[in-house]
Amino acid sequence: MSDALIIRRLSKAYVPGKPVLHDIDVEIAAEGITTIIGPSGTGKSTLIRCINRLVEPSAGEILFDGQDLARASGVALRHARRRIGMVFQEYNLVERLTVMENLLCGRLGYVSPWRAWRRKFPPIDIERALALLDTVGLAGFANRRADALSGGQRQRVGIARAVMQQPRLMLADEPTSSLDPKTSVEIMELLAGVARSHRIPVLINMHDVALARRFADRILGMSGGRIVFDGPPQRLSDTTLKQIYGGEDWLH
Amino acid sequence: MSEGAQPAIAPYAFPVSRAARIMFALLAIYFVYALTQLDVSLERVQQGIAHAGRFLGRMIPPNFARSELLWNGLAESLQIAVLASALGIVLALPFGLLGARNLMPAWVSWPARLVVVLARSFHPVVVAILFVKAVGFGALAGILALTVASIGFIGKLFTEAIEEVSIKEVEAVRATGAPFTSVLAFGVLPQVFSRFIGFATYQLDSNLRNSTMVGIVGAGGIGGTLFAAFQRFDYDFVSAILISIIALIMAGELLATAVRRIFIDNATLRQLFRGGGPAQHRPLDDD
Repeated sequence: MSDALIIRRLSKAYVPGKPVLHDIDVEIAAEGITTIIGPSGTGKSTLIRCINRLVEPSAGEILFDGQDLARASGVALRHARRRIGMVFQEYNLVERLTVMENLLCGRLGYVSPWRAWRRKFPPIDIERALALLDTVGLAGFANRRADALSGGQRQRVGIARAVMQQPRLMLADEPTSSLDPKTSVEIMELLAGVARSHRIPVLINMHDVALARRFADRILGMSGGRIVFDGPPQRLSDTTLKQIYGGEDWLH
Repeated sequence: MSEGAQPAIAPYAFPVSRAARIMFALLAIYFVYALTQLDVSLERVQQGIAHAGRFLGRMIPPNFARSELLWNGLAESLQIAVLASALGIVLALPFGLLGARNLMPAWVSWPARLVVVLARSFHPVVVAILFVKAVGFGALAGILALTVASIGFIGKLFTEAIEEVSIKEVEAVRATGAPFTSVLAFGVLPQVFSRFIGFATYQLDSNLRNSTMVGIVGAGGIGGTLFAAFQRFDYDFVSAILISIIALIMAGELLATAVRRIFIDNATLRQLFRGGGPAQHRPLDDD
């Protein structure tokens, strides 16, 4: 069980005076999958990255777990980050490390640097990593180097790494954009499984509207740095899609 | 230019700048000036070639009679090279890391870079002279001199390697809430490790060569013996020393290859001694 994520008046401008996010106000329930759709460059990634502070918000509040993430720093920020799993479009595995080492990266927030440098992780972490590899369908891959895996396999490792954190919130920044359609569905099924079994909110950026419709409990449509649609997949009509992406030729 | 119009001058595909022409002219003038200043003449070169022929003749056959002196010198050179490489690598690591501008704030990286630049600004022999004055004749001066040289070289390359790491991998490790030093251990160092092994083996090779030279200024190793043999015109002993140095460098090269195969290609001991090709490349390896 987890907490709700509450975002209030969140703004971000990389260049002063040219905001990418305009006063975003949104509340993400304590469970379920929320997908964010919208054209490229509309601030979807920025929104997700503000939550775990890979991007510094310019203004606003991000309330989670009784804390304003937008203002956290130092140890407080690290402790907040270790409860937030993140899955990346390009997997962002450490290529030269093994699958096991990549999974154990998910425990670095909990293990002291002294132990981390000597690769002395608690046995329970290693057991969990092995069990997780089994769950994501990569049993027997523990000692493979990450750069020897295919895209789909890498993203499975990426998800397993995030789950290793025992997250209370999961973020995914276009997790399927580099994958083929079949693998994309498998990856989405894995993320949906994580949302169900851990009962945590999962927030996913996507380009694939059909996939978003299929897996989401709730869809946020963004355009021009603002949320222009918020509702269940059934309510997402062609008219709304036209409003989000502009034009209509692509719909048919 | 309108079609059919005759260009006034033939078109140039590769225009030569006037500044470049002036530079070449000045260089040529200085070359001639330096030749006249340094009393370089064809006559002297001709005489020198004849002299070199006699000198080379006296080098054959090499004389290995004073083998004990030879061995002691070589052993000392090897020890200087290995100790200086080990010390230099260990000390270069923190300086190289602190100098990386993508990980460290400017007030940390600039002092670290300054130390590395200073360590690199003099030739090892010049540094050896300073250390001979400071700690006296012998191997210690040589070790210290080559340690300084190693810090300068590895520190610089290591900093550059760290500044080129993929920030995506680092970002992912940071996003797990890892403390900074753990990010280094899991996000940064794995990316530079193989290059670092390359720098370290190259530095060992370089230190081996330099350790045969610092002896000339009294900082230990075979260099002192070589210099003395030259001064006594023992050219047969000189050639024995030179052959031994070549053997030493080649042995170092073999060692470096073995180290690289163990650390970079993950070769097993058996593969190492059986020979065989390098470990099979991974199909998706993109580097």
